[in-house]
Formats: sequence, C-alpha cells, structure tokens
Amino acid sequence: MTKSNLSANVSLQRKIVNVLMTILVLVAVVLALVPLILILGDVFVKGAPAMSLDFLINRPTAPNLPGGGIAPAIEGSFVMVGLATLISIPIGVGAGIFFSEWSTSKLSTVSGFMNDVLTGFPTMVIGLFVFILIVLTTKTYSAFAGGVALSFIMTPIIARTTSESLKLVPTTLREASMALGIPRWKTILRIVLGTGKNGLLTGILLAIARASGETAPLLFTAATSTLFIKNLMQPTASITILIYYYALSSVPSWISQAWGAALLLIIIMLSLNLFVKLVIGRSLTEARME
Amino acid sequence: MQFRLNGDAILTILVAAAALFIIGLIVAITVELYHIAAPSIFRFGPAFLSGEEWEVNKNEFGALPFIYGTLVTSAIAILIGFPISLGVAIFISEKLKSHRMFGYSLGTVVDLLAAVPSVVYGLWGVFVLVPLLRDYIEKPLNHYLGFIPLFSGHPEGFDFFSAGIILAIMIIPTMSAVSRDVLKAVPNNQREAMYSLGATDWEVTQKSVLPYARSGIFGGFILGLGRAFGETMAVVMVIGNIPNITANLFSPGYTLSSLIANEFGESTGLYESSIIEIALILFAVALLVNFVARFLLWRMSRGMEVKV
Repeated sequence: MTKSNLSANVSLQRKIVNVLMTILVLVAVVLALVPLILILGDVFVKGAPAMSLDFLINRPTAPNLPGGGIAPAIEGSFVMVGLATLISIPIGVGAGIFFSEWSTSKLSTVSGFMNDVLTGFPTMVIGLFVFILIVLTTKTYSAFAGGVALSFIMTPIIARTTSESLKLVPTTLREASMALGIPRWKTILRIVLGTGKNGLLTGILLAIARASGETAPLLFTAATSTLFIKNLMQPTASITILIYYYALSSVPSWISQAWGAALLLIIIMLSLNLFVKLVIGRSLTEARME
Repeated sequence: MQFRLNGDAILTILVAAAALFIIGLIVAITVELYHIAAPSIFRFGPAFLSGEEWEVNKNEFGALPFIYGTLVTSAIAILIGFPISLGVAIFISEKLKSHRMFGYSLGTVVDLLAAVPSVVYGLWGVFVLVPLLRDYIEKPLNHYLGFIPLFSGHPEGFDFFSAGIILAIMIIPTMSAVSRDVLKAVPNNQREAMYSLGATDWEVTQKSVLPYARSGIFGGFILGLGRAFGETMAVVMVIGNIPNITANLFSPGYTLSSLIANEFGESTGLYESSIIEIALILFAVALLVNFVARFLLWRMSRGMEVKV
C-alpha cells in the first residue's frame, strides 16, 4: 500500500464520519420538532370541538350535562396573573435597574446571581412557601395567595430581562444626559428606561406568559372553585388547575373541556410569545445592530 | 443641589431594596420551610433520606422512594434530552451559519416548546404519549428484551419511562437554547484555524468548537437537570404515583415533587412536616444545581458574550 493510498483511506473514513455526524444532528433536530408538532396538533384537534360561546362564558355543569363552561377559571387566571403583574413589575424593574446601573456593587452581583438561581426554582416549592406565609395566616385559599405565588415566579424573570435590556443602552447616552446636568435618577428613569422600554415590555410579557401557564404554585394557594370571584380572599379557579383536575377526572365531557382549556391556554401563550419575538424582538435586534 | 442629591438617594434605596427583596425571598423560603419541617427533621434525622417506608397510619416517613423516582426520571430525561439538545444547537450554530434567518426561525420554534405549560404536557402525556409509548415502545421492548430487569414486568404506560420521556421533551428547549448561545459565542478564528489544517466540518465541531464551549454546555446540561428535578405537573400525571424502588423502568413510581402535589393538601401534623421536609430536599437540590450551573455559565461568559 502506497502512502497516497493510505491517506486516501483515512480521508474516506473521516468523510464517512463527517456525513454520519451530519445525519445524526439532523435526526436530533427532527426528534426535537416531532413532539412540538404532535402536542400542538393534538391540542388543536381535540380542543377545537370543545370551543363554544357556552364554554367561554358559562360556569361548569355537573358531569356530562351540556352547556357547561370554564368561565370562572378564565376569570380566576386573569385576576391572579393581573395581581401578580401589579406586584412583580415594580419589584422586578427596580431590581433590574439595580443589576444594570449599579453593576459594580457587590450587592448587585450577589442579588443578580440569586435572581438567576430563583428563575430555575421548582415552582411547587414557591407554592408551599406562599401556603405557609399567607394561607396559614389568613386561614383560606385565595386569589390573593395565588397572585402572590405567581408574582414570586414573575419577579426574577422581569428583573433579568430588564437588566439585560438596560445594559444594551449605550453608555454615551447616560454620559450625554449627565453632562447636561440632569441628575442620575432622572437620567435612569427618563433616558435609560425610555431607551430600553422595548426590552422591558418583552420581559413583562414573557413573565405574564410564564405565569399564565403555571399550575404547581396555585395548587395549595388558590386551590380551585366552580364559582366566579366575589372577593380576593376565597378559593379561586384557574385554567391550569382546571386542566389538571379535569384531565384526571375520567368524565368524558370534562376531559373534552380540559383539551378545550389547553387550546385556550396555548393560544394565549403562543400569541404572547410570537408577539414578543416578531414585533418587539425585531425592533430589539435592530437596536442591537445600530 | 440638595434636592438632586435626594432624588439619587431615593432611587438608590428603592432599587437596592428591590434587589434585597430577591435575596430576602430565598432566605425567607429557607427559614419558613425549615420551620415547618423541623418536627420531621428532629424525629427522623438523616434516616429520613434513606427510609423506604411511607406509612401515614404508622407515622413512619422516609424519602428514599421519592428521591429514587426523581433521580431515575431525571436520568432518563437527560440521557435522551441532552444529545438531542446538543444536536439541535450544533445544527443551528454550525450547519446554519450562513442561513441566519432559518437558524433564528428554527431556534424560535424550539423555544416555543418551552412556552407550552407543563399541565398541557401532562394532559398530552396522559392521553397521547402514554398509550403511544406503551404500545409501540414498552410492549415490544418488554417482549424481546424482557429478560433485562430494566424492561421486565407488565408495561401499563404510567411509569418511570413515560415520566422520563415527557421530562426529556420538556428540558430540550432549555438545554438547546443555552448550548446554542454558547456555541454561537465561540470565536470564528477557532473554527478557521481548524479548517485551515484540512479538518472536516465534524472535526471542527468536535475538536475545536465543543471543547472551547464545554463549560457553558455543561452549565446548560445542569440547568436542564434542575428543571427535570423540579418539574411537577407533567410528571405527577404520568408516573403512576406509587412509591417504588426497582430497576424496572416499566413500573409505576413517585417523585419528590409529585408527592407534594398529591399528598400535601390532606396532610397534617408530622405527615405535613415530612412533606415539607421533602420540599426542603427539593429546594436544597435546586439551589445546588442552579448554583453550579450559573457559576459555570458565569465563568464561561467572562470574556465572552453569553446570555442565559
């Protein structure tokens, strides 16, 4: 065997490995996409028949009676996510400003790190914490407790996206503003926040999307109910908890409604995410390129 | 002048307070959980971790079956999910280098998997995935390879295996997003140097890109593991919820978080305290896992632009 033959063999082997690995990588992509297509497809196919006006505006009925809806759950989710948004925006944005504008301080590094740790937390544990903190003291499951639990999940997300988008604001803007004699607090609130507002909005919308899909933190804080909300201190239904109980109920009409509720949830989540990616995301990318 | 100084001071105090709130939250969670878990901690001590009994009537509580279930399902999830995530990341960052828009779109689509709520994964798992796995994977494996303890028994579908698969699907977006950002952050001259030596595409990826990005990829791996540990709803719906320590993947099991979801509502006294101790274990593991992952990513991002 001549030398050139040998090197031809080796290089053939390397080429084969290269092709094999390319195929494997493609297989991985297919394997990652198949579940997504299956889930979305199944939710649309099985959820669409449950959709109706009754479904959206009525209270639940007894098993297998027609005309029942999930309106209290929709209302409950809306109220609790709204409450959580009100709580988490000031804290999250405030912490985000601190992470980005005071980034040299030790407290900023430590709390920023803790914030990231908190985003990866088991949400079940946060639910139990709020149970101990609020449900045990007020002696009732409530929309208030559910909203607080969701706010603890939203706050770190808002804080992180706020600080990331404020870091993208050019330092020259801050310097120019300060050079005009505008105090630092006004520079931050008007100039820096104003320039980074798209990023802020992204973070808030993503946090809302995340909170709307949470189940575990609501199990022992808001619990569930079949009634509309009269006040914030009573057990409250939510779309996610309803899906959980209905899915395991073995009542055909409820299972069908669980798929309908899942479809509703998916539509909300996808539109929030796509809105962020396509509308705000694009202007963010442009801002980054400038 | 006096007024301006005050404005600055007020803003500093407000935003620092918001940041302190984050730290306070983690401290408060630790303290509160410990407070309620204390009776169980003092009663059982370290034996709680190795106890196999979970008998409410006898007031006998041990966490081992649940720790076992969490570890086994997470291991299945990682074994299946990690290679796939890495493949997706390599595809987007290396193969689609010259097709930015397509790569971005594919990344967006995979990210959408992360936006699907876990209870929807659970619903889909119960009515679609479980029958699918039982009939087309578990039964054939059981039939032909049933002599291996892993695949023995009578597959019903609601078991460790199904829970592991659904977790794998759920952690793929997390892990692939991190790996993708990390691979994208590898400087191009790393690749060019390798190409100039006559390397093939795969050799460039294998010998130059992956080693450079390894600590970041490992960070993403750990982050995915953390998500698998903590995931509740999807798992509780498909795992069967029977405490079980067995090598057989086709038998029902129980995890730390699904125990909390199922039993906390009706628990009182020592029973309640034991469940909170379970939550404390979950909390400690999550803290450790996230700590390690964030540290690795942070170390990697020094000198590189990596966003997580």
